[in-house]
This record gives sequence, C-alpha cells and structure tokens, in this order.
Amino acid sequence: MRRSRRRILVGCCTALAIAAFWTVSTFFTSLISPGRFPSPPQVWEAARQIAVEGYADATLWQHALQSLRLVAMGFLFAVVVGAPLGIIMGANRRFDAFITPVFSLIRPIPPLAWIPLAILWLGLGDGAKIMVIFFAAFVPAVINSHAGVRSMEPHLVEASRVLGARGFTSIREVLIPGAMPMIFTGLRLSLQASWTTLVAAELVGALAGLGRVLNVAQQDIYPAMIVVAMAAVAALGWATTRLLDVIEDRAMPWLPVRA
Amino acid sequence: MSVSSAGKPSKLQTWMLGLGGLLVFFGLWAAFSGFGLVPARFLPSPAAVAQRMFFLADHPFAGASLPVHVLSSLGRYALGFLLAAAIGVPLGLFMGWYSLLDDIVTPIFNALRFVAPIAWVPFAALWFGTGIGGPVMVIFAGAFPPCLINAYRGAKFVDAKFLEAAHTLGAGNLRIVTEVLLPVSIPSIVSGLRVGAGLGWQSLVGAELIVASSGVGYMMVQGQSAVSTPTVLSGMIAIGIVGYCVDLVLREMEAFTRRRRGLG
Repeated sequence: MRRSRRRILVGCCTALAIAAFWTVSTFFTSLISPGRFPSPPQVWEAARQIAVEGYADATLWQHALQSLRLVAMGFLFAVVVGAPLGIIMGANRRFDAFITPVFSLIRPIPPLAWIPLAILWLGLGDGAKIMVIFFAAFVPAVINSHAGVRSMEPHLVEASRVLGARGFTSIREVLIPGAMPMIFTGLRLSLQASWTTLVAAELVGALAGLGRVLNVAQQDIYPAMIVVAMAAVAALGWATTRLLDVIEDRAMPWLPVRA
Repeated sequence: MSVSSAGKPSKLQTWMLGLGGLLVFFGLWAAFSGFGLVPARFLPSPAAVAQRMFFLADHPFAGASLPVHVLSSLGRYALGFLLAAAIGVPLGLFMGWYSLLDDIVTPIFNALRFVAPIAWVPFAALWFGTGIGGPVMVIFAGAFPPCLINAYRGAKFVDAKFLEAAHTLGAGNLRIVTEVLLPVSIPSIVSGLRVGAGLGWQSLVGAELIVASSGVGYMMVQGQSAVSTPTVLSGMIAIGIVGYCVDLVLREMEAFTRRRRGLG
C-alpha cells in the first residue's frame, strides 16, 4: 500500500517537473528554440486551430475518423482471414506442412515494405492503406492462433475426441476456446502493428488522416501541429487497445479479470 | 506436444507438401503474369524479378547499386540499434534495482508507449536531418522499448536469495547490478534484443521510405515513382533477406544463452 502511494506521488512529481521544464525552456526562456519544439501555448493554439478551423483540408475529427476507419477495416479483415487460417494450420498438420513454407517466405518482409507495392497497385487512396494494414495485422494473427492451438494440453484434445468431438465441432467447442488467450495476444500485436503501418502509409502519401497532418506539419515546419498529431495518434492507439481489453475480458468469462 | 498424432504426416510427406505449396505459389504468380491476367507493369514474372535483382547487383538505381543501398541501410540500422541497446539495457537493469528510478521512468515510458515509432519521423527530420541522424532516431524509437522492458523484467524477477547472498557478502549497489542482475537477466535481455532488432529493422524501412536519400527504402520509393515494379519487388526481397539474417543471428544467440543456462 505504501509502495503504491509513493508510486503515484513520484509519478505526479515527475509529470509536474517535466511540465515545468517544458514551460520554462520554451516559453519563459528560449533554451529550446521554438523551431525545434513548441511551447505549451503554441500547442494549445495548434490544437484549437485543427479542432475548430481545420488543418490539411479537414478538422481533427475528420482526420481521426479517416485513420480509425482504415485501421478498423484492415485489422478486422486480417483477423477474419488470419485467425481461422492459423487455427486450421494448428489443427491440420498436412495443411500446415503445405502452407508453412510459403508463409515463411513472405513473413520476413516487414509490412512497411509493402507500401510502395501497394501504392503501385492501388494508388494513394484507401485501398492501398487497407492492403498494407492487412499485411501488418495478418502475420501476428496467424502465428498466435497457430501457436495457441498447438500449445493446448493434449489430454484435453484427446478427451474431447473420446467424447465424440470431431471436425467442425472440435474446432468450435475445443480448439477455439483453448487457443483464445493466445489469439488475443496475437490481436494485441496486430492492433499495434496496424497503427504503426497506418501512420507510415499516410506519411508516404495520403489525402486525409493523421499521418497526412504529420506530413503537412513537417513540410510547414509547424512543430506544435506535429505534437498535436502525435498525441492524437497515441490517444487513438490507447483507446483501441482498451477496447480490445474489454472485448477480451468479455470473450473469456472463465478467466480471472486482469487488473 | 502434438494435438493429434494420428494426422501427423511423415517427414517425407511434410517435405513433399511444403514443396507442393511453394510450387502452387510460384506457379500462380507465374501464371498470373505469364498469361496476361495481370499486366506485367503490376506483377512482373518471378523470372523478371530475379533478372532485375541480378541487374541491380552491379548497376546503379537511384544513385547506387542494390548492395550499396543495403550497406547504407545496415550502417544506419547498426547505429540506431546499438544506441537503443546501449541505453535501454542499462536503464532497464537500474530500474529493476532502484525503485525510485522505476517510479520516475515508468510513467514517462507508458505515456510515450502508444506513439508509433514512425510518428517520430517529422521530429526526427526536424531535429537530426534526413541523412543519418533522422533515420537513426526512428530506428532508436522502434528498438528501444523491448530492450528496456526485457532488461527490466529480467532484473525484477531475479531470485531474492541471490540478492540476499550478494548483500551478505558485502556487494554494493553497483556491484549487485553488474554482477548479479546483469548475468541473471541475460536470457531475457537477449530475447528483448531480438524483438528490438525486428522492430528497429521495420522502423528503418519506414524511415527510409519517408525521409532518406539513400538506402533500400529510398530505392523502393524511387522505383515506385518510376513505375518499376521489378525494382520495388527486388527491394522487398533484399529487405526480407537481410531482416531474416539479422533475426537468425539473434535467434542463435538466444538459443545459445538458454542452452548454457540449462533452460532448454
């Protein structure tokens, strides 16, 4: 109890110290030049500007909504394809042997390296971004579902088989619930990869979205707007991860609730 | 270990099935481009890509040949990754020992955790330029968190009896960190380095796509604007091969340290 109280106290002090240093070094003195890092009033002004008047052709909400929409589509598409593929690969060794070499061939290519190809194929619109996010989220979804099925207690699987669970029933009643914790670990990695990839894809070229805000702010040398866009990306990443946590707790009511 | 031993194919069958999978993959690729289902401009045949790779091996594109681009990427990567390891690992270990440092750094770390490494690109370009410094900072942003977290976890879960023994034998704080926490945490640290190396490589590619004037990522962007799909695919293959080799080295290191400690 004392330990956690001190933790909160020290955390607050740290936050205050950083805020004080930031204000003093940028606002009251010019220890850090405004061209390198903005002062608190500048960030506030940039936030007000993008929220009310808009920046890079749209308001903050429109940019955020655009980014959120692309992440949601790429992520969901990857999960709907990737998780079942991983489960089937885990359950059927022949299918696994058939797919694994091709999968291992594609896997070392980082998702961001697909961006130029996606632009060549689908242009600068939404399609290319969804494709790249799909690739980013697909690999962790497959690997973790596969590992989840493989790491199950053999006794459980054998017992269910003796009791007559086969084929589709076995997958639905035994393998999916058993692999669920690992599947969610994969989804968490997928979600993180989705956000990273989205930002990169939008920085390379986009007509709207938070990555475009970052890009335009960089070209305008507008550090305050860069801070606002980074904060917006972080906030959305945090909010979607929290949403996934809530879904995870609901999906596995038999596990103890995490702190 | 196995879910079902009944449906397990023999070694020969596994091999044949894998070969079959690869044949189907390359067959479909060749068929799509060979029979004109997809214009060659979008999907060149596997042979055309291989030819392009050999061509790029000693002919410059976007200012340098493919091996030179790979080398300049690797130089930046090594710098960024080593910097992340050199700062992240000691900081993680000290956080595991001094709880005050832990309480100070952890909230900052958690606040920054959700900023995607690539989102640092604008500031990296603004602060360190687009030559070496900018991309190095982005690689650092990608590779740093796993280096720190794993060293911290390793140090945090050290068996208390080692610490008590070290204390009893008169070791000071610094000696406990360097002679107890560090050696005990090595397997965890090496795993962290492996994860960090992967994320750093990925961040490098992103940084080079956006801000760089050399490197494989830059070559790919130039290939994209010149609508040279074989060049883009050559870059992807080169990135895949280098990333795989880096991971292989660290995977062997991980296995070696685990074996030495009898962790299997």
